[in-house]
Amino acid sequence: MTRIADTFTQLQARGEVGLIPFITAGDPDMETTFALVHEMARQGADIIELGVPFSDPMADGPTLQRAAERALQHGTSLSHVFELVRRLRQSLTIPILLFGYYNPIWRYGGERFAADARQAGVDGVLCVDLPPEEAEELKRETDRHDLDMIFLLAPTSSLDRAQKVLARARGFIYYVAVTGVTGVRAALPADLSDMVRRIRAISPVPVGVGFGISSAEHAVQVAGVADAAIVGSAISQVIEQSLGRPDMVPRVGALIAELKTALRSIETPNDIGTTIAPPLQS
Amino acid sequence: MPKLPDKHGHFGFYGGRYVAETLMPALLELEEVYCQCRRDSTFKRELRALQREYIGRPTPLTFAARLTERLGGAKVYLKREDLCHTGAHKINNTIGQALLAKRMGKERLIAETGAGQHGVATATVAALLGFSCEVFMGCEDTVRQAPNVFRMRLLGATLREVASGSQTLKDAMNEALRDWITHVAHTFYVIGTVAGPHPYPMLVRDFQSVIGRETKKQIVQHEGRLPDYLIACVGGGSNAMGLFAPFLPETAIHMVAVEAGGLGAGQNAASMANGYAGVLHGSKTYVLQDETGQISATHSLAPGLDYPGVGPELSYWNDQQRIRCVTVQDAQAVEGMRLLAETEGIIPALESAHAVAYAATLVPQLPATAIVVINVSGRGDKDLQSVASFLGENAL
Ligand SMILES: Cc1ncc(COP(=O)(O)O)c(C=O)c1O
Repeated sequence: MTRIADTFTQLQARGEVGLIPFITAGDPDMETTFALVHEMARQGADIIELGVPFSDPMADGPTLQRAAERALQHGTSLSHVFELVRRLRQSLTIPILLFGYYNPIWRYGGERFAADARQAGVDGVLCVDLPPEEAEELKRETDRHDLDMIFLLAPTSSLDRAQKVLARARGFIYYVAVTGVTGVRAALPADLSDMVRRIRAISPVPVGVGFGISSAEHAVQVAGVADAAIVGSAISQVIEQSLGRPDMVPRVGALIAELKTALRSIETPNDIGTTIAPPLQS
Repeated sequence: MPKLPDKHGHFGFYGGRYVAETLMPALLELEEVYCQCRRDSTFKRELRALQREYIGRPTPLTFAARLTERLGGAKVYLKREDLCHTGAHKINNTIGQALLAKRMGKERLIAETGAGQHGVATATVAALLGFSCEVFMGCEDTVRQAPNVFRMRLLGATLREVASGSQTLKDAMNEALRDWITHVAHTFYVIGTVAGPHPYPMLVRDFQSVIGRETKKQIVQHEGRLPDYLIACVGGGSNAMGLFAPFLPETAIHMVAVEAGGLGAGQNAASMANGYAGVLHGSKTYVLQDETGQISATHSLAPGLDYPGVGPELSYWNDQQRIRCVTVQDAQAVEGMRLLAETEGIIPALESAHAVAYAATLVPQLPATAIVVINVSGRGDKDLQSVASFLGENAL
């Protein structure tokens, strides 16, 4: 069992919905990222999603585009991210998931990537632009090194397609809450709960929901139906607003604490911990 | 010859569909609709009628007598895509895609553009067929291709200036993809070249192949035989694939893809010559990138060539050595423009001028019996301002 699966089992045993914060590695620098990850863990993050910056992030809105630009200004690369994870692992026990685009991984080499990621202490990888159809080559390597390759489903995915994607899922499935790019939003789609319920009913793995979750209120809305809430741009916004200020780390910590408290305040989906659906026959 | 792409959209090692999950259903649907349409006689009739009555096809294959004489080698013919309505080959593709969009019941077209030619061609078909239209263009390109910005607005399109990244074609395409991800339900993304995720490289090639099919007939009428060399510039590769595709089975014919050499090392847009296999904008192909996989900044005086990737099919044929890729720098391209203007009375687009400039070095080495076809992919009116400032005010 991987550390990610383990985390979800424990969350379910406690009747809790997970909080998965996303920050871009190297934004604004690696030392700050190191401190931010520790602070987020201390304030209740269950899994850390570390963004690997890419020059052309086609699924990201302006906030995460700027975060990646800041990280790339001083040349943040995959090797640097692995170095960071190695250091984090000396004291951090919660799972770390790398989130990024395929080209930097492809250039690094799939086999070398999987080996180095595992060795550094990474638990999973999510490539936004690597749908299952193109993922076989990398998935062979990540499977071999027991890393979870996380796939996405979106509001546009048909049920038929969802079943195909779920058949390959490991760790959890990432449900994209909005038809759109990353970024904070005033409101989540009205049919979000229905969509997540439908997917969760047939999913062999837990369902995390992300893209557009911007506030404690959103997190609560998602937590009623999902196994985890994923929050990215809202955190990057706090980082951006705190650039050059000494209190960036505690401010991010306060946001995480607020989100976690909100998540703890609500009932978990009533079937949690009892009926994670069995694997689909593909 | 293998049938390309395969059913997963791969050209051998290249191509594919490297996109966010949100777009996958739309790409699968587009592939299905396209595969129906290309066998559908009503669709084909409609397309042929628009090619003839609206674009003005067939475009001539002009024997370039004075250029041939000046270069003193092979006989040179020009495929006159500059005479297409809107002034470039781009409209061959936008008409086809707009007809697909109509079939799919979409209301809104979006497009990326560098030189503005694809933006103009998309705005044009949107006006013709009654779509709303938004065009994404890098801020740097809106300045250097100002006449086309005005044309798009006059045609009723909304221009979306892109200030992110290098503010050129690559960034316009990022922004168009982001818009598509957000509005995929009612929006059709008209990609302007043989790049992007499957099925775009296939369908753009097919819509542009009218160039090569006409050339094949016309050269036989002129010369009674097929040519020895085909030369085309390559940004994403649509005018090149359009000319080359129908000739691919004729293995004796040399095909030359001319990439933008810009200002030389480190400041160019020659993806096949200087890039590495990578993944950009939805397909695996040659990409200009650094050793950590970040996409490089590019430079070319020709905005339509100023792009760090290339269509996956060109990458495939390049590896197969079926096509040969060469580079031409900014200054040579401007010379190419002047050469064609002075000898034939045709001012080519800066993009097309790259093909002319390469021909000027190749043709003198060939025997008088050889036949060369240059694809004049567009006309140069849009470039006069940037050429003038490149040369300095009094240079002409
Ligand atoms: C006249 C002209 N030729 C060539 C190109 C390059 O595109 P492609 O390589 O797809 O033909 C452009 C692109 O804008 C163009 O406007």
